[in-house]
Amino acid sequence: MKKIFFIMTLVLLWGLMVASIVQMPTSGDIENPSYNITTHYYINKSIRDTNAPNIVSAIINDYRAFDTLGEATVLFISIIAGSSVMKNTYGNKKEKKVD
Amino acid sequence: MDDLIVRTVTKWIVPFIQVYGIFIILHGHISPGGGFSGGAVLGSSIILITLSLGYKKASGIISHNTSALLESGSIIWYVLIGIVGIISGNNFLTNRGSGFYMGEVGDVISSGMIPLITVAIGIKVASTVITLFHTIIEEA
Repeated sequence: MKKIFFIMTLVLLWGLMVASIVQMPTSGDIENPSYNITTHYYINKSIRDTNAPNIVSAIINDYRAFDTLGEATVLFISIIAGSSVMKNTYGNKKEKKVD
Repeated sequence: MDDLIVRTVTKWIVPFIQVYGIFIILHGHISPGGGFSGGAVLGSSIILITLSLGYKKASGIISHNTSALLESGSIIWYVLIGIVGIISGNNFLTNRGSGFYMGEVGDVISSGMIPLITVAIGIKVASTVITLFHTIIEEA
């Protein structure tokens, strides 16, 4: 009984997700909601604003530079976490042993 | 991995990988690529040395302290570039308004702070990859 209920719930969720996929806009369609004023601004004005022919680079390093700083911080925190877990400290004489 | 073929091929191919990584980083604002992809290429060249020639040789090229310093220094460099914008009276990380050299469209040295930031991100990603891999190697 529990298993049947489980499978029914999964099938219901699957149907919900497939129904939402059907509603998604076609890839590359000119009527898509993602082609809004921001896209046209980047395509028309980015070379005047930044002198960089690569629009992607202009966006991630100039318009969204603060976001890229956050990504660099994520890398920094990941290395701190990795080092704190894996770095070999028990050979250090100054460190007191904690029981 | 102590094998003659692997060692010889590594010695021949590593300079080309590093030149390609530096090319991707420096041309990040002209051609496809940028700091993240170029830094991954640069870091994986050092990982190739570590895997085929051994950890001692790789830490002779770039030691653990050096890569940790590069990693912290590049993010400080990024923040300092942003503070230039505040000093000149604009927002944090302003490009054209804060007086960076803009140059001609298509030159390597042009478009203000974008190449500076790309170099900082490239050094950061490369040294992150190297430091994480060497930390895991030292533990074993």
